Order: sequence, then structure tokens, then C-alpha cells
Amino acid sequence: MTKKNKSASQRRLIPTYIFLVIVSFISVFPLYWMIAAATNTSTDVSRGKIIPGTYFIENFRNLISQQPLWGSLWNSFFYAILTTIVCLLICSIAGYGFEIYHDKAKDGLFSVLLLAMMVPQVATMVPLFQMFSKAGLLNTAVGFMMPMISTPFMIMMFRQNARAFPVDIIEAARIDGLNELQIFFRMFIPTMRSTYAAAAVITFMNAWNSYLWPKVIMQDNSAMTMPMLIANLITGYVTDYGMLMCGVLFCSIPTMIVFFVLQKQFAEGITGAVK
Amino acid sequence: MISKKKGMSLVAKQRAAGWAFLAPATILIAIMSFYPMIRAFILSLQTGTGANMKIVGFSNYARILSDKVFQQSIINTFLYLIIQVPIMLILAILLAQLLNNKDLRLKGVFRTCVFLPCATSLVSYALIFRCLFAQDGLINNVLIKLHILNTGYNFLGNSTSAKIVIILALIWRWTGYNMVFYLAGLQNIEYSVYEAAKIDGANGWKTFWKITVPLLKPTIIMTFIMSINGTLQLFDESVNLTKGGPANSTITMSHYIYNTCFMNVPNFGYASAMAFIVFIMVAVLALINMKVGDTRD
Repeated sequence: MTKKNKSASQRRLIPTYIFLVIVSFISVFPLYWMIAAATNTSTDVSRGKIIPGTYFIENFRNLISQQPLWGSLWNSFFYAILTTIVCLLICSIAGYGFEIYHDKAKDGLFSVLLLAMMVPQVATMVPLFQMFSKAGLLNTAVGFMMPMISTPFMIMMFRQNARAFPVDIIEAARIDGLNELQIFFRMFIPTMRSTYAAAAVITFMNAWNSYLWPKVIMQDNSAMTMPMLIANLITGYVTDYGMLMCGVLFCSIPTMIVFFVLQKQFAEGITGAVK
Repeated sequence: MISKKKGMSLVAKQRAAGWAFLAPATILIAIMSFYPMIRAFILSLQTGTGANMKIVGFSNYARILSDKVFQQSIINTFLYLIIQVPIMLILAILLAQLLNNKDLRLKGVFRTCVFLPCATSLVSYALIFRCLFAQDGLINNVLIKLHILNTGYNFLGNSTSAKIVIILALIWRWTGYNMVFYLAGLQNIEYSVYEAAKIDGANGWKTFWKITVPLLKPTIIMTFIMSINGTLQLFDESVNLTKGGPANSTITMSHYIYNTCFMNVPNFGYASAMAFIVFIMVAVLALINMKVGDTRD
């Protein structure tokens, strides 16, 4: 009886399955195609070949002969990891401060900071470029991370999650003689590991993928990031599809790995501030 | 007496610690967001280059009224907004609703697939779509093999089809992202609500509009605000997918402002005036959304 019910309910779900399979196919196919194209010659790609080929090494060789791939990969990793560490530190301690020590003045300040969410990147781009070039921060990792390490979104996320942090722990730690900073580092950070993981994933992804700001301040080829590098591959008149997709693949591998390994944290990071 | 003094200083210490904790973040936001915003406004009243900036009042803003390309970029951006955002959000809610069915098998696989586009950088997916829709790209190859077309159609060379490609690409990249919000929101809705609706004879479509959508309203408003904010600042797709072309017919506001700053003859004053207009648009739309969200609750 129950079995019959089950199969009946599965049968009713057939249109759902068909729809989901189509949507999943459309979602995955462009990425599959990117990998297939990275292993084929440009001519094969433009003839519509979608099966992986054997030309990957040549595409890769062409790519490193034309573009500073290793340098850009290193830059992207270095900038993104540095940004993630500093951002987490600054935003988590701020979120903690706003929640644990909250009073009227701090709540007011918080709503003012939220207004920064409405400030578009293109509006701050020119003044920041002028400030940073005066300060000699063009082509530097510090220049890259400065506008990204304190965001209302991240502060809000940590503030929201700090709500679940038991006040008893703070009281007990104070009695034990820990000062406020020690409480944050020894009590709050270890307890909030999952929040930190989610925040780290989302910050790393954003930093790795950022394009407009690096394009503005990274003017030396040696300071270039991966998104900038692959964008350079289409500046010529003829596009080498195989080589281009090889570059896109290298730009995507790190974020793909993060996605597959830490998908749960990624999803939590996206929705983190709204719970 | 001494102990009382010490007790007070402890409270004072805690208060000081609280302020010290939020100081770095606050100062950074002030220097990296608020101060540049003020600078941008001052710049927008000036003209010239480098040290030779002159104050000219609102002439930069007046120039906007006669700048056909910027007007085109506003139209394009709003076109993307009006067409793409509703399609994407409805599709995202629908997918979340389907994936929230407890009888559904392979839920995790479907969710991962739909969510996967979020793992690619904006430049990456823009380039992938550029290649797929190229004149000798895969889409044309398939259409020729199916005998729908005789020769490759230049999707990115025609202003209407280029816009459609951008919209499709945006939907592809962001539907899964928004779906994640709705899935999180749906988990807060008791399953018994759906059971009750089923007993009352409501079909899937009715349940979707009468239960899912109203209960997800706060989430919908938030994703709407985020999507508007993101669309008004579109840059990567316009630069890499279509390069703004053909003849600026797909260029976005951010792309044009960037070009005004860093391509050809840099004009920081005029660029800042346009950027300030973008800021006002973002702020006004966000406020309208928040108001709408408030009154109906």
C-alpha cells in the first residue's frame, strides 16, 4: 500500500524531474563546455566539437607563452587570502562589538554604516584611485584589499551570529580574569568557527572574482589578477578559443574546488546576514 | 572606596573595549566609502585633469542631458533590470519550491547543479557565453546542424540579440544564487502548512502563489533589492561579453563611466557626475523597496 503510494507520488513528480534535469543541464553544460574546449584546438572548438580532446598541453603552453599565468595565479591567491584574513578579523571583531556591547549610540552608528551598502563601486572608484596613487598603493596587495576588508554585509553577518553567543561565557571569562580582547580571541572565535568558515568562503570568492577595482589599480602586468588575465585574452582580433578556455579553466579551478568542498558554508555565507 | 573605583573603571574599560572593537571597521568604511562619496560629489563639480581641476558648478550634470551614450547606458541597464530580475527571481522561487518537496529524490544533486554557476567568476562566465554565442560558436553550430540557420548568426553583432545574450547569461549566473535564499526561507515554513493546503484541495500552482510567495515575502524583497543593486552596477558582463557593442548598444552605466575615466581622454569630473547619478538611482530604488516592504507587513 505504502509502496504503491510512493510510486504514485514519484509518478506525479515526473514533470518536476524533467524540468529539473533540463535546468541542471543548462546550468552545468557551459562549464562542461569550458573544460572540453580547453582540451581542443581552436578550430575544433569552432567546428562545434564538445568532446574533450588531447590539445590541453598545447593550449596551456600557448597561454603561458603569452600571459604571466603563474604570476597572476600567485597574485590572485595572495590577494584573496590576505583579504579574507584581514576582512574576517576586522568585521568579526566589529560585529562582536556591535552586538555584545550594544547601546543606543552603537546601534545608531551601525545603521549609518549600513548606508555604505548603497554606495556603488563606480562612484568611489575615481576618488579611491586618486587617494591610492597619491599614497603609492597602486599595484600593491594593500591597495587591492583596502576597499574590501570592511563591508557592512560581513559586519552584519557576524553581528547576527554573535546574538547566539552565550553571555554567560563572557561573564565567566571576566571572572576568570580574561580581558575583553582575550575573551574575543579565546572564547568567541573558537565558538563561532562555522560562521568564520562561511564568511571566509564568501570573502575569498568575492576577492578572487573581483574585477573592476583590480582593473583600476593594478596597472602593471606583474600585479595582474586572474580575471584580468583572462579578459586580456580576447583583446586581439582573432580569439584562440582553446587557449582562452584554458585560461578560464585556471581562473575557475580554485573557486570550483572551494564550491565543491565547502558548498554548505558557501550557501550559509551568502544567506548569512539575513537569518 | 577603592573597590568601587575599580568596579567603575572595569565598566569603563568594557565600554572602551566595545568602541575599540568597532573602530577599525568604522574608520575603514568612512575612508573607503563615505569620504570617497563626498570626494566624488566635489569632483563632479569640477573639470580638467590632474592638478588643474577647475570648479565649474553643475555643467557636468548638464552634459549628461546631451550625452547619447550615457542615456543609452541608462536605458540598457534598466532594460536588463526590468526583464532579467523578475524572470530570474520567479525561476529561483519555482526551483526552490520544487527542490523543497520531501518526496523528491536526488535533491542534493539538482541543488548542486543549479547552484554551480555561482562558482564561476563573472569574467569567466562572460567569456564562456561570449564564445558560446560567437558567430562560429557552439549555439550557431547547433542551430546550423538542426537546419534552423544556414550560416552562423552574429548574436553579439546585433543590438537586440546581444542584449538578449547578456540577459540569458545573467539569468544563468544568478538564478541559483537567489534560489539559495529561497531554500533557506522555505525551510522556515512548516511542512504542515502545505499538507493542510493539499487536504483543502489546493493544487501546486495555487499553493505556490497563495502560500510560498506570501510567506517568502521578506526574502523576496531582500533579493529584489540585491538584484537591483547588482544590476545597476553591472560591469564585468558588459566589458567582457559584448565589450559594450555593437556601437555601445549594450553598454552599462558602470562600463561607460569606467571608459570615461580610464580609456581615451580621462575625464574624472564628468565620470564622477555620472557615478553620482548611479548612486542616487541605487539609493532611491533601495528606499522605495524598503518602504514597500514596510507598509505591507
